[in-house]
Amino acid sequence: MSEALLQIAGVSRSFGGVHALSDVSLDVVAGEVHALIGPNGAGKTTLIHQISGMQRPDAGKILFAGKDITRLSMHERVAAGIARSWQITNVFLRLSALDNVCLAVQGRQRDWGSSFRFWRPVDAERRIAEEAHSWLAEVGLAGREQVLAGSLAHGEQRQLELALALATGPSLLLLDEPMAGMGPEESTQVVELIEHLGRSVSILLVEHDMDAVFRLADRISVLVGGRLLCTGTPDEVRANPEVRSAYLGEVTNTP
Amino acid sequence: MALPESARPPQQSGALYRQTAMRRYLALAVLSALAALPLVLEALDQSFYISFVARVLIFALAATSLNFIVGFGGMVAFGHAAFFGAGAYTVAILMEAGVVSAFISWPLAVGVAALLSLGIGLASLRTRGVYFIMITLAFAQMIFYLFVSLKHWGGDDGLSLLSRSAFGGLDLKDDAVFYWLVLACLAAALFLLDRLAHARFGRVLQAIRENESRMEGLGYPVMRYKLLCFVIGAALAGLAGALLANHSQLASPNLLHWTQSGTLLVMVIVGGVGSLYGGVVGAVVLLLLEELLSGFTNHWHLVLGLILLVVVFRAPKGIAAYTHALFRRGQERE
Repeated sequence: MSEALLQIAGVSRSFGGVHALSDVSLDVVAGEVHALIGPNGAGKTTLIHQISGMQRPDAGKILFAGKDITRLSMHERVAAGIARSWQITNVFLRLSALDNVCLAVQGRQRDWGSSFRFWRPVDAERRIAEEAHSWLAEVGLAGREQVLAGSLAHGEQRQLELALALATGPSLLLLDEPMAGMGPEESTQVVELIEHLGRSVSILLVEHDMDAVFRLADRISVLVGGRLLCTGTPDEVRANPEVRSAYLGEVTNTP
Repeated sequence: MALPESARPPQQSGALYRQTAMRRYLALAVLSALAALPLVLEALDQSFYISFVARVLIFALAATSLNFIVGFGGMVAFGHAAFFGAGAYTVAILMEAGVVSAFISWPLAVGVAALLSLGIGLASLRTRGVYFIMITLAFAQMIFYLFVSLKHWGGDDGLSLLSRSAFGGLDLKDDAVFYWLVLACLAAALFLLDRLAHARFGRVLQAIRENESRMEGLGYPVMRYKLLCFVIGAALAGLAGALLANHSQLASPNLLHWTQSGTLLVMVIVGGVGSLYGGVVGAVVLLLLEELLSGFTNHWHLVLGLILLVVVFRAPKGIAAYTHALFRRGQERE
């Protein structure tokens, strides 16, 4: 495998007296789908927050593409190539699906330059809208461009959420339970989409759906009580007795 | 999941500001009518009203500048009087020092308001909601008390201007000429804000208003956009202040008082938060009502309050948005 794209080294974070994360270290290698699993309250979302820049760790370092990003703000990390989706849908509810994605596309300064432009109407910038159209088609929302995001079905909003993250052009995608609240058909669609993204984007995936995790992940890290229990291939994790007792139970009996 | 063509919802523009060609033509028509107004009033021997309408237009500019911050930037600022007053005092103080030219004092008035807002914005934009309201109010009140205490610049009484500013070949002492200049300033400001709102910058601002954390997560440095929006709004308020000082030939501490911020905010809410012409509609409605009602009764504040209640209940998004909705309904029936 190639070198690590994301390196998390000894990250700790506590809230009040509660240690949400204690000395967590893990790598995401370029091109892999790395799943992060663990029981509720294990600190998975907290770890995503540290990586995305929503929160800063109390101790430890986060390196991305060899650079220390521990103190960078969220928007600087997005510009560097880290995008995230939210566990609870976080889109622009009063904007059309197309306008949602246009904003994500427009935000990519390296392709379009700054958004401190004051004269030319955005609606005249056809290339932004064209690209947004293709992202919507990519996630399976073709034909829904003009619908307000707030009027989309729950599963469609999750798809839109994914389109927003993808349109920022990330090299690392943090997906926090992308299938939460989706029906089985929509879940399958998202699993196929993640497979389809292939190796162009590295993914750190938090997900409770074990079928999806074992189907998609190249490696799996198990987080329990804010500590990293182990990291390994799906087979290694499945065989690990500690993981069995701490978390997986009989769920490991996947087909 | 594909819906048949007929089952799809109609095109919805959503919360983003998109001006239609129809409304632009309407605005041009109103502008032409306003430009002709002084001639009509003079013909009717009612030229007293030219000055009154000029005052309304100046407040329209001030309310429009606040609406850019509140309605487009999503920042409910309660200290707009500081920038309005700063513009007025800059012109008055410069005139006292012998600087009569508008080409020097008006840009300086805009610059002083912008600089002031840069400082206040840097200090207050980290907060939001009620805290932002309180901190902007606090800054504005500090400036109010500062000017009340400066006896050298008039203290309580304010600072009067010996004459109106010199504006090249234009004679601003002529009420009609002054009126046209005010109208030109308002039209230019509206045109500028219309361009801004449709451009990338304005699109980003409105999206920040809709969902700030998501914009941060799309890689936008949210704080910088909000700060620039705040400064642009304040700069236009500075221009309005410079015009008002010229209009009444007085820079009064009343302009800096928190009730002034409140009045501007009420104009924005009545006219329509986030509608480009909301500030204009609000200023016209409020000042016309004040003028009409105060002719009938001393208790006009009470009547005004009741009318405002009706407006807020009948048209909670403001009069401008209400007429748009009526207009759209009318079109659909055709």
